[in-house]
Amino acid sequence: MTPLPDAEALLEPLVASLRPQLTPTSAMIGLYTGGAWLAERLHAMLGLEAPLGLMDIAFYRDDYHKQGLKHDPKRTRIPFDVEGRDLLLVDDVLYTGRTVRAAMNELFDYGRPRSITLAVLVDRGGRQLPICAQHCGARVEVPEGMRLRLKRTADGRLRLELEPHAA
Amino acid sequence: MPRNPQLNARGELQHLLSIEGLPREILTQILDTAESFVGVTEREVKKVPLLRGKSVFNLFFESSTRTRTTFEIAAKRLSADVINLNIATSSQSKGESLLDTVANLSAMQADVFVVRHASSGAPFLVARHVKPHEHVINAGDGRHAHPTQGLLDLYTIRHYKREFGGLVVAVVGDVLHSRVARSLIHGLTTLGVPEVRVIGPQTLLPAGVEALGVRVFHDMSAGLRDADVIVMLRLQNERMTGALLPSAQEYFMKYGLTAEKLALAKPDVIVMHPGPMNRGVEIDSSVADGPRSVILPQVTYGIAVRMAVMSIVAGN
Amino acid sequence: MRILIRNGRLVDPASGRDAPGELLLADGRIAALDGEARGASAEQVIDAQGLVVAPGLIDLSARLREPGYEFKATLESEMEAAVAGGVTSLACPPDTDPPLDEPGLVDMLRRRAKALARARVYPIGALTVKLEGARLTEMAELAAAGCVAFSQANVGITDTQVLWRALQYAATFGYSVWLRAEDRWLAGGGVAHDGEVATRLGLAGIPVFAETVALATLIELVRATGTRVHVCRLSSAAGVELVRAARREALPITCDIGIHHAHLSEIDLGYFDAQCRLDPPLRSRRDREALAQALADGTIDCAVSDHTPVDDDHKLLPFGEAEPGATGLELLLPLTLKWGGERRLGLAQTLARVTSEPARILGVGAGRLAAGAPGDVIVFDPDAPFRVLPGALKSQGKNSPFLGYELAGRVRSTLVAGRVVYAQP
Repeated sequence: MTPLPDAEALLEPLVASLRPQLTPTSAMIGLYTGGAWLAERLHAMLGLEAPLGLMDIAFYRDDYHKQGLKHDPKRTRIPFDVEGRDLLLVDDVLYTGRTVRAAMNELFDYGRPRSITLAVLVDRGGRQLPICAQHCGARVEVPEGMRLRLKRTADGRLRLELEPHAA
Repeated sequence: MPRNPQLNARGELQHLLSIEGLPREILTQILDTAESFVGVTEREVKKVPLLRGKSVFNLFFESSTRTRTTFEIAAKRLSADVINLNIATSSQSKGESLLDTVANLSAMQADVFVVRHASSGAPFLVARHVKPHEHVINAGDGRHAHPTQGLLDLYTIRHYKREFGGLVVAVVGDVLHSRVARSLIHGLTTLGVPEVRVIGPQTLLPAGVEALGVRVFHDMSAGLRDADVIVMLRLQNERMTGALLPSAQEYFMKYGLTAEKLALAKPDVIVMHPGPMNRGVEIDSSVADGPRSVILPQVTYGIAVRMAVMSIVAGN
Repeated sequence: MRILIRNGRLVDPASGRDAPGELLLADGRIAALDGEARGASAEQVIDAQGLVVAPGLIDLSARLREPGYEFKATLESEMEAAVAGGVTSLACPPDTDPPLDEPGLVDMLRRRAKALARARVYPIGALTVKLEGARLTEMAELAAAGCVAFSQANVGITDTQVLWRALQYAATFGYSVWLRAEDRWLAGGGVAHDGEVATRLGLAGIPVFAETVALATLIELVRATGTRVHVCRLSSAAGVELVRAARREALPITCDIGIHHAHLSEIDLGYFDAQCRLDPPLRSRRDREALAQALADGTIDCAVSDHTPVDDDHKLLPFGEAEPGATGLELLLPLTLKWGGERRLGLAQTLARVTSEPARILGVGAGRLAAGAPGDVIVFDPDAPFRVLPGALKSQGKNSPFLGYELAGRVRSTLVAGRVVYAQP
C-alpha cells in the first residue's frame, strides 16, 4: 500500500485545476462532513463571490432501508439560487459514487443548475455508478474493508486517515 | 418492569409511543433531525425521497382532522404513500376489534401505523401485536400521551430559548385530561428544565401530579412569575360547566391568559398553545395574536418534527 | 368407599396441627386420623410421601360464568379448574346473566354443579332484583333454594335508603350480606388506582376514599341494623383501618381480599398491562403491604381467588376498555403459599386463610381435618414448580397477571365428599 498523501499539500494543485473553470455564476457546495471542511478552504482560496453552500445528503441516501437514518443529519444550507448556476460540488473522498448521486438528486430539488462539476480531494476507486470527478487531488489505493476519511485537527489543518470500516 | 416497548434490542427507537422513558440522546436526535427537516420544508421542493415505497397508515379511532393532516403532510413530504382511515366512522362501529383492524391493514403491507385512540395505552397494545418490521407512532391516546406534540413543543422552546437549562416553564389549565401536558412535562424534565410548573384549579390537576417532577400552583399570577415559557392547554367544551368548573367565564377570569397576567412573566417569554384555541376561554386574542405568541410557528415545526420521527423509526 | 391417605404431612389449620400422620375417609367424611386410621382396611390407598395433606380450599368468590357468559367459561371447565386448583368448595357471586335473583336459577345452578360432582358450589343470591339496587329479592325463597348469603357482586347500591332496608330485611332472617365497599359515584369512570401510576399513564382514577366512604357508610348501617356483613375485596390500607376499628367494637363484620391484591400493586400495570386491570384496582405498594399484613394478623379473615375468566375479545383491548378480572381458581393455592412464605407463616396458619376461616364465614363444617368433618381433602406438593401458561390452566379463562411466571405449589389429588375428583396425571 502506498502511503497516504498529505491533504494540505493537495489543496494548491486542486485550486489551480479549478480556477480556470470559474464563471461569473460559479458557486460551491461542500458535502458534510469532510467535503464541507475541504470546501471551506477551497472557497476561501478561490475567493468565490457566492457564499458557500453546505449539504447533508442524509435524506437522499439509497441505503436508508438498510441502515436507517444516520444519527445527526446536518441541515442543508444553500444560501444562493441554484437555478442557472455553474456548481462546484466538493467532497473529500470519491468511492462508490453513491454519495454524489444522492447529492445531485438533492441539488435538483433546489432548482436546475446550468452545470455541475465534481471536485474531490482523493479518488480511491471502487466506483459502483458511472460517476467521475473532473478535479481530483490524488488517487490512492485503499485495502478492502478500510475506510478513508478526512479529519480536521484543532488548528484547522486537514489530514487523511485510514480506519477499519466498522468504526 | 418490562423493557421499554418503544426501543428495539439495540436501544433504538422502534415505535414512538410516549416521551416518558426515552433517553435524552433520543430526544435530542429527534430534535436535531427535525431541524434539518425544517430546512427541507422551507425549500421550493418540500419533499425528500426517504420513505419512497413505504406505506403510512393513519389510523384515527378518534377523529382529528388537524393532527391527521399534519401527519399526512409529513408522510407525503417523505415520499411515503399515505392511507387515511377514519375508523371512528368505519369498521369499529361494525364491531371489529382494534387488533383485527391492525392485522387486516398489516396484511396490506403497512410500514408505519400512526394511531390516534380515545383510550390511554391503545398504541402500546397495537405495538405489542405488529410485525417486527412495522412501526407505531402514537398520535394521541386518551389522556396519556401525545409525544409528537410534546416534541414539537420542545422543538419550539429550543428554537427560541436555545438551551433548556435555567428555564421556567409554566403549563396552564386542564392537566388532568391533557395528553399534551403529560408528554411535554416528561420531555422537559428529561432535557433538564429545572422548573416546570403546572397551574390550575384542583379539579383539573391529577392526583399526585408532583410525582411527575412539577411544582403546583393554583394562583396563576404566582405561577407565571418570571416564566420563560407559558404553555396554555385547551379546555374541552364539555368540561367548561359541571362538577369540574362552574363556567367558561369564571375559568377565563382565574386561568385565562391576558396581557395583564402575561406581564408577570419574563419580558422575552414565549406563549404556546397546542391548538385548537378557545379564544376568550383559556387565552385572550391580544395574547394569542401578540408578539410573544409562537403558536403558528409551532404548527410549522410540527411537520418537521413528525417527518423526523417517521424517518427515524421507519429506518430502525 | 374407604380411602386411606398414608405417609403424608397432615396440616389442619383449624387445630393448628402440622405433623405426619394417616387419614381415613369413609362414607363421604373423614372417618379417622393417625393410629385409628393406620390399621383400617381401605379399598384405595394414596401414598402422600413428601406431600402435604390438608383440607380442600374454600373460595368465597369464583365466577363460573353460568348462566349467560358461556363464551367466557362453562361450568364444566371451571369445575375442572376448581378441583385441579384444590378448591373443594366455592361461593359464586350473583353477577351472571340473568343475575341469581330467582330461585329457579339458583336451583338450576346447584343441580348442574351437583351433576358434575366436582367441587361443592354455594350460590350467593342477588340482594336486589337484577342487581339494580332498587327492589329487594325474595331472600327467603332464594335461601330455601340454596343461597348461603346475599350480595350485589361488584355492583354497588347507590341509594343508601335501599341499602339500609336490605340490611334490615336480611337481619330479620339472620341472612348475611356480602358487599363490596365502593362508592359508585366516586369510582365513576375510573379504571385504576387514583395515584402516581394512573396520573402517569393518563388513566381515570378510583380514589381510595371511594372505598372508605362506602365502608364508613356500611359500618354505620351495621351498627344500626346488626346485620352480619362480609366486606368483599378490601383494597386499601385505609380500608383495613376502618375494618380493624369496627371489629374492635365487636361489630359483626368480616372481610376478605382477592389473593392478587396481596402480591401486586399499581406498579405492575407496567405499560398498560390489561391483565392487571382488576376490580377493585391494584393500589399502591403501601396498600398492598397493609393488606398482606392484615391478612396475616387476622384483621382480614380470608383470601379469595375472585376467579373471573375473561375471553381474549374482552381482554386484548386498551387498558380502560378491557374487562376487569383474572382467572384464579388454579392460582389460589400457589399464591396463598407465596404470601405465607413471604411473611414467614407456618403452613397451618397460611392455609387457614383459605380453609378454616372461609368455612367459618360460610357456616359450613368443611375446612378442617377431624373425624366427622366432610371428606374434602387435598394432597399437594408445596414446592413443586408451576409455570402459569395458558395451556397449563384448565379454566377457560387464561387471563392472569402471572402469565409466564413460575409459582410453587401443585395439587396431586383432590377429594370431595370422600371421592377422588382430581388426580394429577
